[in-house]
Amino acid sequence: MNVLKVSGLTKNFGGLCAVSNVNMELNERELIGLIGPNGAGKTTLFNLLTGVYEPSSGKIELNVDGNMKSIGGLKPYVVTAMGLARTFQNIRLFKSQSVLDNVKIAMHKNIKYGTAAAILRLPKFYAEEERVQREAEELLKVVHLYDKKDELAKNLPYGEQRRLEIARALATSPKILFLDEPAAGMNPQETAELTELIHKIKEDFNLTVILIEHDMSLVMTICERIYVLDYGKLIAHGNPEEIKNNPRVIEAYLGEEI
Amino acid sequence: MKKMFNKYNLCWILSMIGSYVLLSVLMSAGIIDSVYQTVVTTIIINIILATSLNLIIGITGQFSLGHAGFMCIGAYSAGVMVKQMPSMTGFMLGILIGVIISAIVAMIVAIPTLRLKGDYLAIATLGFGEIIRIVVLNMKITNGAAGLVLPKMLNFPFMYGVLMLCLIVIINFVRSAPGRACISVREDEIASEAMGINTTKYKVYAFIIGAVIASIAGAMYAGNFYVIKPEMFTFNKSIDILVMVVFGGMGSMTGSVIAAIVIGLLNSFLQNFSSVRMIVYGIALVCIMIFRPSGLLGTKEFTFSGIGNFFKKRKEVKK
Amino acid sequence: MTVFFQQLINGLSLGSIYALIALGYTMVYGIIKLINFAHGDIYMLGAYIGFMAITVLGVGFFPALLIAMVGCAILGVVIERIAYKPLRNATRIAALITAIGVSYFIEAMTQRFMGTNVRAFPNVLSTEVIQFAGLRISYQQIYIFVTTIVLMLILQTIVKKTKVGRAMRAVSVDADAARLMGINVDATISYTFAIGSALAGAAGVLVGIYYNSINPLMGMVPGVKAFIAAVFGGIGIVPGAMFGGFFIGIAEALVSGYGGSLYKDAVVYIILIVILIIKPAGLLGKNVKEKV
Repeated sequence: MNVLKVSGLTKNFGGLCAVSNVNMELNERELIGLIGPNGAGKTTLFNLLTGVYEPSSGKIELNVDGNMKSIGGLKPYVVTAMGLARTFQNIRLFKSQSVLDNVKIAMHKNIKYGTAAAILRLPKFYAEEERVQREAEELLKVVHLYDKKDELAKNLPYGEQRRLEIARALATSPKILFLDEPAAGMNPQETAELTELIHKIKEDFNLTVILIEHDMSLVMTICERIYVLDYGKLIAHGNPEEIKNNPRVIEAYLGEEI
Repeated sequence: MKKMFNKYNLCWILSMIGSYVLLSVLMSAGIIDSVYQTVVTTIIINIILATSLNLIIGITGQFSLGHAGFMCIGAYSAGVMVKQMPSMTGFMLGILIGVIISAIVAMIVAIPTLRLKGDYLAIATLGFGEIIRIVVLNMKITNGAAGLVLPKMLNFPFMYGVLMLCLIVIINFVRSAPGRACISVREDEIASEAMGINTTKYKVYAFIIGAVIASIAGAMYAGNFYVIKPEMFTFNKSIDILVMVVFGGMGSMTGSVIAAIVIGLLNSFLQNFSSVRMIVYGIALVCIMIFRPSGLLGTKEFTFSGIGNFFKKRKEVKK
Repeated sequence: MTVFFQQLINGLSLGSIYALIALGYTMVYGIIKLINFAHGDIYMLGAYIGFMAITVLGVGFFPALLIAMVGCAILGVVIERIAYKPLRNATRIAALITAIGVSYFIEAMTQRFMGTNVRAFPNVLSTEVIQFAGLRISYQQIYIFVTTIVLMLILQTIVKKTKVGRAMRAVSVDADAARLMGINVDATISYTFAIGSALAGAAGVLVGIYYNSINPLMGMVPGVKAFIAAVFGGIGIVPGAMFGGFFIGIAEALVSGYGGSLYKDAVVYIILIVILIIKPAGLLGKNVKEKV
């Protein structure tokens, strides 16, 4: 069953066509790769899907309890509430907050007390805060950051910041997780650990994962299907083996001479 | 109910009662004489103003220079009501009307302007604050530039109670999910939105709560100092409040409280040298920004467990 | 109709002054993204320097104008070096607060050394008035308008035709890249402050002559209004500031002329808020969105 269906998606910036006529289908519990040369429009595509940009034309439909709902042009926080979470290419943590608070902030939409209950400190407030504390700590254990829960996010090393971004995205209890270059700047050892982590969270949290990545070893090891984007257009799509041998993909990456 | 009386809350309740007892004893013993009672009153009002502005600027990261406008609404609502109905009931009604008007005005101001960022927002709110003052200046019921002369309505216990109420509202708000949402807006608006937080909503919330509390501070002012005039609520007043927030550290409530007390005392000592005071303010603002841009406490809070840890660490070092 | 044209004339002279101040705001904002809150106070100092030049040195209009411009240029550079330079890499809000501090400092110092009272600005220009078709145009207004236009033409030439101007434009686009291309960024920023402050100084002298009175707090309100003018035209854009200055001046004069003088300040703030909501980048500006 499709969890996300994209048809004819196009985004123009002035005269520039950053994403043009993209069609994609994501199935439940799939791990999808999105690759392409620099400037191919991958992050723009992510931004369209997560509501940061409004599509110029085309449709994005999300499966909400069995019904396909159009989410193109909805605000990011609405899209997130419907079960779509993401990380950022250029790490956007809440830098001067503790690791634990980063996760707690992302749990916002599942917290069941209002501003009035918070100000009056009703019993509900204490009950919910206790639950949030417990669940946030659980999530940090998943990404192996529990020991650092009280440190400020900005003081974490780079690889751990990337993991915290993943934990934070998970805290919104998503159905689909978008990872924008999760392994960027990691050494091979860290990348291997990350590969394992992505695999684990996909299984444990019943997720559909779609990731942008330049590290081909990671993409080819864990992705079940791969979409290739070049100059805003989808030029290929298939399983890793097919993509590796696709002449158009090789051309896009290496230039015209093969 | 047990949870309400955890260690953290108990410490604060005890220090609230403690400082109240201390101040009243000093007053009845005559150590705080009538001159210093005015200083205490001013400090109480300034704490309310500074913490409420800190909620908007420090916690939510929305730079507002229109705070004096909301103080003006509160002062005049209370003042006009007391003129019509010179009793405590009239005054309380005035506070209520001030709260309602400032909440409505804050919403009208917030929804269009909070889309703006940083310095643009600062200037837009400055503009709104000035518009409020100009409207008050030109109304009949407010008696224009001459202002209103009022009886003294308030005593120390009442003021102290209001202060505690305001502080509890602000601090409980900050230390909860909506407060965390506000902080995330300050830290990174785009990430916050991507984490499912309706950033506009929380910016508006913070702005309205801040504005309402500022209007209560305005009413306290009207109930204490006999005269209110529109010229007291120019954007210079907003900047005075901003100075306290910056001194204490943007994002630190306890910092704002300490700054309001320190600046209040400084003002009373420098009362006879008002031009020197302004020069000192100016230099101090520039120096803080250059040498300690995060203010006295930064975004940290002064806590009892903090003091405990501090002494523990010192002991360990000594060993 | 006479009222309309009369207020148009008054608005042009008032607008000239706003435009001159607005240029300083816009140039400084364009180059270091700082709302120089103290700029209105530089304009006030210009008025005081002009006042001192005329009363103490006994010079005429043009020498006084020149002295005020040079004096303000020096002050502008000194302020930039002491207060703003250490904050080059700080947040914009920190820089704005610093500027507010500088503004406080200048106002308080002037009050301390020149007194808080209002002073009468000596009449150095003819107070004669030309009557024409029921309209009154004073020589002062003509002087103000012509001086402003000449100064703007000079500024435009500097920005468009000279090496310094090219450096300014380069730094405003990307200071780091400009530095790598061998441009002395600090010197360029100082030039910008010098030119902007000189224009404010000129505006100070002109306003002294126009209103006949000066005081230490006279810079606050026109400062904010000139900033609004700069925002209106599109902050960072030189022709935008000129246009915005004239627009705000004329709007204010018309409101006063038609009986709304009590609300003339409010109208300016309303213009600001409307423009910020409809087109935050200003009339001549372009919208830029944050990259994700």
